[in-house]
Amino acid sequence: MTTAWPVVLFTIQMALVATAINIPLALGAAVAAGRMPARWRSVFDALISLPLVLPPTAVGFLLLELLSRYGFVGRLLERAGIQVLFTPAAVVVATAVMSFPLMARAFRIALGSSQRRLTDMARTLGASPSAAFFRVALPIAWPGLLSGIVLAWCRAIGEFGATILIAGNIPGRTQTLALAIYQHVQTGREREAVPLILLSIAISFGAIIASELLVRRGAESRQ
Amino acid sequence: MIAIDLELPTASFVLRVELELRERVTAILGPSGAGKTSLIEAIAGLRPLARGRIAVDETVFLDRARGIRLAPESRRVGLVPQDGALFPHLSVRKNITFAGEDDERFERLVRTLDILPLIDRMPATLSGGERQRVAIARALMMRPRILLLDEPLAGVDLELRDRIIESIRRIRADFDVPMIYATHHPLEALALADEAVVIERGEVRMHGPTADVLRRLKIRG
Repeated sequence: MTTAWPVVLFTIQMALVATAINIPLALGAAVAAGRMPARWRSVFDALISLPLVLPPTAVGFLLLELLSRYGFVGRLLERAGIQVLFTPAAVVVATAVMSFPLMARAFRIALGSSQRRLTDMARTLGASPSAAFFRVALPIAWPGLLSGIVLAWCRAIGEFGATILIAGNIPGRTQTLALAIYQHVQTGREREAVPLILLSIAISFGAIIASELLVRRGAESRQ
Repeated sequence: MIAIDLELPTASFVLRVELELRERVTAILGPSGAGKTSLIEAIAGLRPLARGRIAVDETVFLDRARGIRLAPESRRVGLVPQDGALFPHLSVRKNITFAGEDDERFERLVRTLDILPLIDRMPATLSGGERQRVAIARALMMRPRILLLDEPLAGVDLELRDRIIESIRRIRADFDVPMIYATHHPLEALALADEAVVIERGEVRMHGPTADVLRRLKIRG
C-alpha cells in the first residue's frame, strides 16, 4: 500500500493542474457558445464534445501527431526548447483534453438561457456585461460549475487511453493510477492492483459526495 | 414623451410600431404572442435586432440613422417582467439595492409597496404577488426614466391582483415616472392607464384614451 501513495499523489496533482487549466477555457467556451447563433452553437458544441465520444486512443494519436517534432505544435515547442511528450506535461495535456468536454458541457448548462434572462435584468439595472456576469451569472451558476469541475477532475483521475499514448507508462515519471493498475494486471500482479482500485473509488466517490454537499448547502442558503 | 418608431423581426412576424406616448401611464393591450414583450424588451435594449428610433424625452435610446444604440445599462429603464426575475442568490434587500444604495428612497419604496416584512427574506420564499412588488421596488430604486411592466399580474391570483394594482396606483401617485404597462386584460388597462395601444401580430391596431380604445374593442367584439 505504501508504494501506492506516490502514484496516487502524482495522479491527484496532474488532475488538479489539468482541471485548473480547463476552468477558464471551459468558462470561455460556455460564454462564447451562449452568444452564438443557434446553428453555429450546435457545431461548436459538437466540436468541444469530440474527446467525449472518440476512442481515447484516437485522441491520443492525434495529440501525438500534433506534439511530435514533426507536428505543428511540437515543432514550435522544440524551437522553444520545451519537451512535452513522455513527460508529466504530457499527462496534463492528455487528461486536460479528455476531461474538457465534461466541464464545458456542465458549464454550458449552468450558464444557460435562464441565466441569460437574469444577466439581461442586471444590465437593465445598470450593471456592465462583466459586472452582470460576476454579480449574477456566476454566483447563481456555481453549483453547476462546481459539479462540472468535480466531474472533470474525476475523469482526469481515471484517464488512460490518451495518456498512455503521449506520456507512456514510466514509473516514477508519468505513471498514473490508471496506468499503474493496467501494468499490475498485465504483469499478473492483480493483488497489487486492488489497493489502487480501492483508492480510485474512494477518491472519486469522496469528491462527488463533497461537491453534492456543497451544492446542497448552497441551495439551502437561498431558502 | 416617449417616441417609438421601431422595426423588429421576431420568430413569427416583424414588429412594426410607430407611437408617440404623452400620457403618464400607457397600456399596451394585445393577446399572447402579439409582440408586447418584444416591444418592452426593445425599449429596454434587450433586442439587438431592433431598428428605428426610440427616445424618452431628450434621451435617445436608439437611432439607427445616427448610429446611436445605448446599451441596456445606460438607458436607465426600470423593467418588471412577468415573473419578476428576482436574483435568487440575493435577499430582497440586496435585490432592491442591486443598482445602488439610497436609504431614503429605499425606505420610501418599501413603505409605498408595503414590503417591509419581506426585506430579509430570499426570493424563493416569496409568493407571486410579493415577488412582483419587490421587482417593482427594484426597478424604481435606480430612478428610471421610464418604468416598463410586462404583464406583472400574469399568474397572480385574483385577490393578489387587486393588491398589486393598488401598489401600482400608489407608485403612479407618489413617483414621477412614466409607465408602459403590457397586458392582455382590458380591465387592468382601465384600472391603471390613461391611454391604451392595441397591438396584434406586431402591428398597432388602435391608440387613444383608454376608455375610447376599450369601447372600440368592445364594438369590434
